[in-house]
Amino acid sequence: MSGGLPAEGRYGPAPPQRRRLTVAERREVGSYVVIAADDPDGPCPAPGQFYMLALADRWGGGVDERPYLPRAISVMNANEGRLEFMLEDVGPGSGELCSAAPGEGLLVLGPLGRGFRAREDCEPVVCAGGIGVAPMVMLARMLGEGAHYALGFRDGAHAEVSRLIPGAQVATDDGSMGHRGNAVELLAGMVEELPDAEVYACGPPAMLGAVRELCLERGVGSQLALESGMACGFGACYGCVVPMAAGGYSRLCVDGPVLDGGLLDDEWQVAYG
Amino acid sequence: MSQVEFCGISLRHPVVNGSGTFDLMAAVQAFGEAIRERFPFAAFVSKTITLEPRAGNPPPRLYETPAGMINSIGLPGPGVAGYLEHDLPELARLGVPLFTNVMGSSADEVGELFDRVDTEAQIAAIELNVSCPNVKTGLDIGSDPGELEGLLGAVRPRLSKPLIVKLTPNVTDVAEIARAAESAGADAVSLVNTLRAWAPHPERPAEPWLGAVRGGLSGPAIRPVALSQVEAVASATGLPVVGMGGISRSEHARQFLDAGATLVAVGTESFRDPLAAASIAAALS
Repeated sequence: MSGGLPAEGRYGPAPPQRRRLTVAERREVGSYVVIAADDPDGPCPAPGQFYMLALADRWGGGVDERPYLPRAISVMNANEGRLEFMLEDVGPGSGELCSAAPGEGLLVLGPLGRGFRAREDCEPVVCAGGIGVAPMVMLARMLGEGAHYALGFRDGAHAEVSRLIPGAQVATDDGSMGHRGNAVELLAGMVEELPDAEVYACGPPAMLGAVRELCLERGVGSQLALESGMACGFGACYGCVVPMAAGGYSRLCVDGPVLDGGLLDDEWQVAYG
Repeated sequence: MSQVEFCGISLRHPVVNGSGTFDLMAAVQAFGEAIRERFPFAAFVSKTITLEPRAGNPPPRLYETPAGMINSIGLPGPGVAGYLEHDLPELARLGVPLFTNVMGSSADEVGELFDRVDTEAQIAAIELNVSCPNVKTGLDIGSDPGELEGLLGAVRPRLSKPLIVKLTPNVTDVAEIARAAESAGADAVSLVNTLRAWAPHPERPAEPWLGAVRGGLSGPAIRPVALSQVEAVASATGLPVVGMGGISRSEHARQFLDAGATLVAVGTESFRDPLAAASIAAALS
């Protein structure tokens, strides 16, 4: 049961040229910002894939003369050529993207990387923390009610976004919505009941570390959507690497960003400084 | 601008890539065959190839700066055997001249690399990365004219192909280094490599952010420095120059050509836009 997820985590290659789109909509969902842009010429992305984004007419020249590089942002939704991205203002790049107004030019390259993959005869369980819920909105549309959802947020304002995934169980750090605690605690309860679970996870490194350990312990599969600063998004800069159990490094932009938890080196979080 | 001659090699325009800034196989994975059909560079410069495979530096490897970035990638690569067996046949299908960039930490290592690549008909020229210490003397080969002359004197006879020496900007007088390269048999020089740089940890600024502590700065931030060094080297030697450092538009490429470069290389801008070099080349013509 993994819906129409592509086996390779994507439907096909991206066009090699950066495309200039126009921001069609900006809305706030709780503490997050969602921007939408129509990309009629781009291929359909798969859940877990990402785009390199930059504002066409104001990029650079902000605080400390940044941003300079585009930002790797996972796609939240793609519907009839309209792409949606969920953002949180955590720095000069995401801050500029959060302030994008309808009508502004948006440079995009993508869809890039390999997203979540289908796994036959498994019960899909989705676990996300904070802004990590973004790719799960699209994933949930494909998995539907046949999947289980554990979402965690710091507080109720951030958790408001959970309404984009109906039927999800929610945890908040402060207990203002749902379970007081975190998403991994909810996940542990679900996995207990589902020996054939395949866990799809996205969130901060500490959360993904806990998901990975839980899944290894219980002997269930995990697909972790990881994040890293990236200069290019298409394998050129070798900047976005994580250490692998088999030795050496994998580039998140071409081998990921979704990687099997079991293939990561136990020290994979070193990539986060 | 039409056809350009460089070390006896004909290029369809003067724009190439900086070594280590474009990975053809990964780009084909991301973009399919379209990237071959629209390949933006007039010649392809390989990433640095060493004798043995290298995994590269521990992450984090990147840091954004004002108008640029610092990298400490650490030259990951398949080693010369893997490069010749797997990469070269794929690169040869591009149909553009191939420049293979190599690095070794002693004359013996560089000599062995030269022997391995010199017999490959598909390689048009060799670029030698000298931004590394000589394991025997501990001196940076590219920072010391005597070291560089000694190395080139020992290895140049083992190479029949044109030799480009890639110069580091982390020196007091780059023209002196270029003259040493010229007198010891280089056919061309390319510059600048990245400027040595430090990235403070965003939350603990007294600590380094990069896994390998130091890195190299690239992007528009270094363009004025690069232009100055290209002009100095072009004036001081008779060698053709591949100029690079923060070129992101055709006007910048024109500035390097006006400063005396024969070719220009695009590096960091290709990260932001994979086809940037194609736009630059088109605007130059």
